[in-house]
Amino acid sequence: MAAGQQWVLVEMVQAFYEAPAYHLILEGILILWIIRLLFSKTYKLQERSDLTEKEKEELIEEWQPEPLVPLVSKDHPSLSYDVVTGPPSHRIIVNGKECINFASFNFLGLLDSERVKLKALSSLKKYGVGTCGPRGFYGTFDVHLELEERLAKFMRTEEAIIYSYGFATIASAIPAYSKRGDIVFVDEAACFSIQKGLQASRSFVKYFKHNDMEDLERLLKEQEIEDQKNPRKARVIRRFIVVEGLYINAADICPLPELVKLKYKYKVRIFLEESMSFGVLGEHGRGVTEHFGVNIDDIDLISANMENALASIGGFCCGRSFVIDHQRLSGQGYCFSASLPPMLASAAIEALNIMEEDPGIFRVLQDKCKHMHKALQGTPGLKTVGEPLTPALHLQLENSTGSRTNDLKLLRAIVDYSLDRQIALTLARYLDKEERFLPPPSIRVVVTVEQTQEEMEKAAQCIREAAVKILK
Amino acid sequence: MIRTDEHHSCNGTLKCHSDQKQQESNSLKNGYHRKETVQKNGKGDGFHQPRVRGEDSFEEAPMYVAVLTYMGYGIVILFGYFRDFLRAVGLEKCHQAQEREEQKDFVPLYQDFENFYKRNLYMRVRDNWNRPICSLPGPVFDVMERVSDDYNWTFRLTGKTVENVINMGSYNYLGFAENNVDFLKTVAEETRQYGVGVCSTRQELGNFSIHEKLERLVAEFLGVESAMAFGMGFATNSMNIPALVGKSCLILSDELNHTSLILGARLSGATIRVFKHNNMQSLEKLLKEAICSGQPRTHRAWKKILIMVEGIYSMEGSLVRLPEILALKKKYKAYLFLDEAHSIGAVGPTGRGVTEHFGVDPNEVDVLMGTFTKSFGATGGYIAGKKELVDYLRSHSHSAVYATAMSPPVVEQIIRAIKCIMGVDGTTEGQRRVRQLSENMCYFRSRLKEMGFIVYGNQDSPVVPLLLYLPGKVGAFSRAMLKRKIGVVVVGFPATPITEARARFCVSAAHTREMLDKVLQSLDELGDHIRVKFSRHRPSHRQELYNETDFELDS
Repeated sequence: MAAGQQWVLVEMVQAFYEAPAYHLILEGILILWIIRLLFSKTYKLQERSDLTEKEKEELIEEWQPEPLVPLVSKDHPSLSYDVVTGPPSHRIIVNGKECINFASFNFLGLLDSERVKLKALSSLKKYGVGTCGPRGFYGTFDVHLELEERLAKFMRTEEAIIYSYGFATIASAIPAYSKRGDIVFVDEAACFSIQKGLQASRSFVKYFKHNDMEDLERLLKEQEIEDQKNPRKARVIRRFIVVEGLYINAADICPLPELVKLKYKYKVRIFLEESMSFGVLGEHGRGVTEHFGVNIDDIDLISANMENALASIGGFCCGRSFVIDHQRLSGQGYCFSASLPPMLASAAIEALNIMEEDPGIFRVLQDKCKHMHKALQGTPGLKTVGEPLTPALHLQLENSTGSRTNDLKLLRAIVDYSLDRQIALTLARYLDKEERFLPPPSIRVVVTVEQTQEEMEKAAQCIREAAVKILK
Repeated sequence: MIRTDEHHSCNGTLKCHSDQKQQESNSLKNGYHRKETVQKNGKGDGFHQPRVRGEDSFEEAPMYVAVLTYMGYGIVILFGYFRDFLRAVGLEKCHQAQEREEQKDFVPLYQDFENFYKRNLYMRVRDNWNRPICSLPGPVFDVMERVSDDYNWTFRLTGKTVENVINMGSYNYLGFAENNVDFLKTVAEETRQYGVGVCSTRQELGNFSIHEKLERLVAEFLGVESAMAFGMGFATNSMNIPALVGKSCLILSDELNHTSLILGARLSGATIRVFKHNNMQSLEKLLKEAICSGQPRTHRAWKKILIMVEGIYSMEGSLVRLPEILALKKKYKAYLFLDEAHSIGAVGPTGRGVTEHFGVDPNEVDVLMGTFTKSFGATGGYIAGKKELVDYLRSHSHSAVYATAMSPPVVEQIIRAIKCIMGVDGTTEGQRRVRQLSENMCYFRSRLKEMGFIVYGNQDSPVVPLLLYLPGKVGAFSRAMLKRKIGVVVVGFPATPITEARARFCVSAAHTREMLDKVLQSLDELGDHIRVKFSRHRPSHRQELYNETDFELDS
């Protein structure tokens, strides 16, 4: 071995002597060039400003930034909050007036449930309040595992994962799967947390008209043609349809069976956000899949928050383990945030218990929703937006004044009129500049199982009076 | 990689003032900026300042450690490929959940390489994370025993618990994760009265009087005009930064900022530039450049520039260079966003965070952000500052409009904790805890250093990262500690740079000296056993150094 190497060396030296001069010069230049490339400064565009230090200082002196935030005028409609003192249960005290609550998403009335409170209290006694850590770092409590198991069982899916904040649930779930270059087909009426999730995913987003399956199919077909042009690329582009079960902004139900058909036809995965429909639709409150009798395994991911029907805090995603488990390392709101306080998880478990023990409650809610929907029909100057089954209806102006601010003022006047007459309503709030498709201004009317027939009649009557008086 | 020429100056708190000048030139090209002119012993007028920033130490490991670390990763990756091959030909059973039959012809949900790391590296040590506990996350907790029958692919709870494990992992800095009935009386009352949920957003009907009470208290505690509280710490960043900056704005972000800050910055649509961790030259260069050359391509001036930093960096335990940043911010008219997630409550003579630590007026910081998860033993976050800022957020924060408001019992817990720290509950318990924490963390950190471990970060940080480097030692360390009934957090790639896997201890005021001593003793033994005492500053005259350090910290 050693002898062989020596021989190679000798040969190299010999070759060096024998090589023609131009060859050596050329190689020498090449070596110098490489050295230059290695040690020269990398070219940076920003550094190439030909300003002198003094000019720079002047520029810095000159530059005046905008204020950090623009001044908000005192009478900005969203600055003065209504103040609630005491619990937001069936009877609520808004700005010092006791009212019947037609505004909180406490659909099943579980917020006031003694059982839930007692469970939360016993959990408080054992675990204290905070978890002081994310799930990965000793923030996983036995109650979290139990809640996940219970949710999975309730929804009849393989696995569930809980988040500590409802908004962060779908907003974290979407970017866990859909990445740059992937395509997401989204309903125009999709709620704000979906929009934020899409933005975080940096995927290519295509909006289809609200609940318009033809429009969706048109987009899917367009994509199919696009795919045929470049089949290699098409094989790695993931596609998703993101819809809500019951739209919070439009108060209607998505046509899930058609969506599932399209899913298999165009091989697109479906993500379903069920914050409004979980615990509301279906015989057992399992949401829109149960409502339509759709096999839940056909939906790739279901997400919902536990802040409405369950009357706790947080959110969850459920589906097949193949899909859900991925979020345990990739869901940002899951990995990088403190876990849900155990007492809130315990409360959610107890709320689930109640829902499982008494499935009749959903029937009651649905009947009340229908009743309210009917009672609100024919309010002069206001149109009722939403399906009879929705527990959160919107009342919009039939004839807009042409300016959003004025519309809001009119609606606010109706809300105030009702507040004076012990009916607590609220305007549906949006960030005007941030929404992709800003819904028209509206009053939200929420139905809960605790409201009696008379109270609903009274509310409808009150709204009618207000409308007559204010919208003449 | 090689920073051997300067490492001698970065660990000892005492002997470094002699060579501080040589380093200024080096600090630019290194990822970790260790020190600058402001330093404990360096300044003559240090006595007049309330407290001067102790330096951050980032000792460099010996070269062979880096080589071994890369080799370690190389071996597991090679093995990973080998086992993937075995799985592909069916010689090894694949435990991973599979796509259902009906959807096999869909575009795969995951790219194969995405899962390689999880399947072949993470799976080997998976038992060290997500350990379920079944008690209060106080100074000691009960860990539920779990076993795996299939090499960590699935876990089975045995039903047994490992009781009284010393908790070195939870962010329970001031010990407010507690279940003493007397302390929690008000929380229980709120639960009884309100229930746990809110079922509405702040702007609709979820604005309770106790939310407003909390916000007033937070503002008072921090010494600023106004504050707003949000239900989740992570979302406080990610949902409010977009309200503050937008297109044509520039964000200058520290390279080690938390994911929530990065997400918020990304969602805002502003241009993001990253400066080296705690490196003022890097920041100043970016500021200068940004103002001089304006926006890329159009060269229009930036609308505003926001500097985003954290008070204490959770993975490094380093402390922000607040006075320097404030000076730069003033000079260049930028705005400052300070995330005090880990520092509020834990830092400063009375627990009011880094502004108090440096004796800076909190009103000089434009946006003060913090979380209630850590020191206050609750959940959620706040943003505080000028009234205009908070008013703007009240009307434009994503969280105020779209997210359910904070749970009343959680609000009450925060109120209780802040009142205790402020002493308005009529006791000195809060202040005792702040002092105890400061004592505990100094003791713990200096003892670790003395034992010869490489410990990152600042002496005034309750987060104490201990460097393990080699991937094989990460799992071994955590398991061995649990065997000794000590619960520790270990972190590796991708949460840290690939060569810098570490264990992270969070010191709490609730830790007693006996607990810390037990942990330290176990660490000492284990450190020798698995050989992670990489520091080359092991002082031969240890007693002397220790005493002097102690003296300095008390001053």
